[in-house]
Amino acid sequence: MSDPEVLITAEGASKKFCKDLRTSLAYGLQDLLGEALGRQRGEQLRAKEFWAVQGVSFEVRRGECLGLVGRNGAGKTTLLRMLNGLIKPDRGHITMRGRVGALIALGAGFNPILTGRENIYVNGAVLGLSKADIDARFDEIVDFAELGEFIDSPVQSYSSGMSVRLGYAIASSLEPDILILDEVLAVGDEAFRLKCYQRIGKMMSRTAVILVSHNMEHIGGICSSVLFLRNGRQTYYPNTIEGIDAYFAANEISGPGGNSDGRVRVLYPPVRTVNVRFENDSIRYGDRMKVDIFIDCDSEIRNVEISFTLVDQQHRAVMCYNSVRDGHQFNIEHGEQIVRFQINEVMLHDGKYTWNLNLKRRDSIENIVYFVRAGEIKVSSPFRPLTAIPYLPSASSFEVVLRPSVAVPIE
Amino acid sequence: MTRSHAVTTYTPEAEIRRPGLLLRNMMRDLGNSRELAWRLAQRDIKAQYRQSYLGYLWAFIIPLATTVTWVYLNVAGVVRVEDTTIPYPVYVFTGTMLWQVLVEAVQSPLQQVGMARGMITKLNFPREAVVLSGLIKVSSNVGIKLLLLVPAVLLLGVKPDMHVLLLPIGLAALVVFGMAVGLLLAPIGMLYSDIAKGIPLVAQFVMYLTPVVFAVPSNGWLAAICNWNPATPLIMTARSWLTGSSSPMIGYFIVVFCASLLLLFVSWLIYRITIPVLIERMGS
Repeated sequence: MSDPEVLITAEGASKKFCKDLRTSLAYGLQDLLGEALGRQRGEQLRAKEFWAVQGVSFEVRRGECLGLVGRNGAGKTTLLRMLNGLIKPDRGHITMRGRVGALIALGAGFNPILTGRENIYVNGAVLGLSKADIDARFDEIVDFAELGEFIDSPVQSYSSGMSVRLGYAIASSLEPDILILDEVLAVGDEAFRLKCYQRIGKMMSRTAVILVSHNMEHIGGICSSVLFLRNGRQTYYPNTIEGIDAYFAANEISGPGGNSDGRVRVLYPPVRTVNVRFENDSIRYGDRMKVDIFIDCDSEIRNVEISFTLVDQQHRAVMCYNSVRDGHQFNIEHGEQIVRFQINEVMLHDGKYTWNLNLKRRDSIENIVYFVRAGEIKVSSPFRPLTAIPYLPSASSFEVVLRPSVAVPIE
Repeated sequence: MTRSHAVTTYTPEAEIRRPGLLLRNMMRDLGNSRELAWRLAQRDIKAQYRQSYLGYLWAFIIPLATTVTWVYLNVAGVVRVEDTTIPYPVYVFTGTMLWQVLVEAVQSPLQQVGMARGMITKLNFPREAVVLSGLIKVSSNVGIKLLLLVPAVLLLGVKPDMHVLLLPIGLAALVVFGMAVGLLLAPIGMLYSDIAKGIPLVAQFVMYLTPVVFAVPSNGWLAAICNWNPATPLIMTARSWLTGSSSPMIGYFIVVFCASLLLLFVSWLIYRITIPVLIERMGS
């Protein structure tokens, strides 16, 4: 079978923006005249302008999903608006093949005075559906939105959840070739969100999708590749995991404890040092995992809670050990000690995992130790990985060894 | 199921550089926007009607109030107007009513775009629909006025003749002229709010340069402006057809009507090609 057809192509797409409102309006007037007179758009930046999106190129085929990630202001929305044909690129070009659908501006055109029924026709028309199209989908839309008899009440009497559900039901009833998703995948309460995910999942298998999200679980779980934007420039990652890593690296908390490789290690007084040692950095499926946390503290801290989390490459927490949940209560004493716990059977997929460690006082939200992605362990498993996150048995032994004879390991 | 694989390419190129394609796209989008335009117009009309007790009577109340005011001013001698060919109250009433059509048409495009701003900046649909729905709304208001005007004129003791059948053309000319001017202003008006604020002000001023509430003076600079003013033949002709009086400016009327049609097309062209620029500057 040949490859599915390419539905979205961007080649060197660029867009400039202006920081200052008055200048921006003046440039707008200038561009307006330029368009009317058929002048070529200037490729040079004018004073106070910058490239909001610069030289972005990619392709998306039917059935693929491109994740668009980056910090706020990286140019994601601007790129989306170009893809949607709302604004023109200043350089490069974009080609869209087929019908474009988007879960953007849900319920656009709704008039609060009109009934749900009337508004379905208005919003549907805005989204490009003909009356016949809407007639054919009408029952399904009302059914999906779970509006029942409220369909003939004015939309202003709806709860916000109801009207957003209606908007979602209409927008997702389209059968597009290209789907643009800006953060919103699902709306409403838990049960409704589940329905949304099912519906969108079905839609995605038939379309070329662009998903903008800050939720790396979504990006990791849905996308086939990632486009990371930083100051309008792209880095393309055919491997989703690498793209997500780039996003996390860009988001690292700068300041105490944060550094460029994505790790965060913060200690709060009176804790002086914390070192974590694993019995083995590489664990076989079903083996035990023994963790020693060496702590040196200037004074006693009573009633401490410890959380230790393993995170997989898709940034899903796959295992969490929590001392309180496990029924252990302990204090950190003045001086050196080892907090030791063991998980008897590690039933994780083959792969690399990073770990987070958090120690805090039980009676407050104040942290004592805050480590994120502080290290890595490997699990080797002979079994073929499934998509499900594996079940993990809770701990095991727990003890605090005071004034240990073992020397604190030096990293 | 067959799918239409419409291929759309977005480039920095100004659309106007390829006039043939631009024209084809304009016609295509105009066709595609008809249904949406109807929906939007229907939505607004229904909503407006549902939220008001007096409803369509408002189309009638404003000209009536203006008439009362001017008849009072005239009778009290505050202002002196030259003699009109038809009874003065009828003159003012019809003039105001027709002027209202014109002003509504001028304001419509900018108002429409302002109302649909959220949609325009976030969703891609034929932009013609917004203006077209404005045209439908203005036309429906004109229709109501037409239903009210003829009986009102009869009631005031004026006998229209066969020319009254031409009145729809006169009203159409007013709408086309107004929409053309309004649509031409819309792109700038979307950038600067000064335009929307300025329109009613300028309209009021221009009303006094047009024979709406008084007849064209027989001489002087005001007479020159009045005769040159393109709104004059539109108002005069429509009013004469309505009241069965003679229409001295029919030639100028035809010129203005044709020029308005041309201007409407040019305004549409400009509106269309400048929309993406405007969206850039309006933000979402």
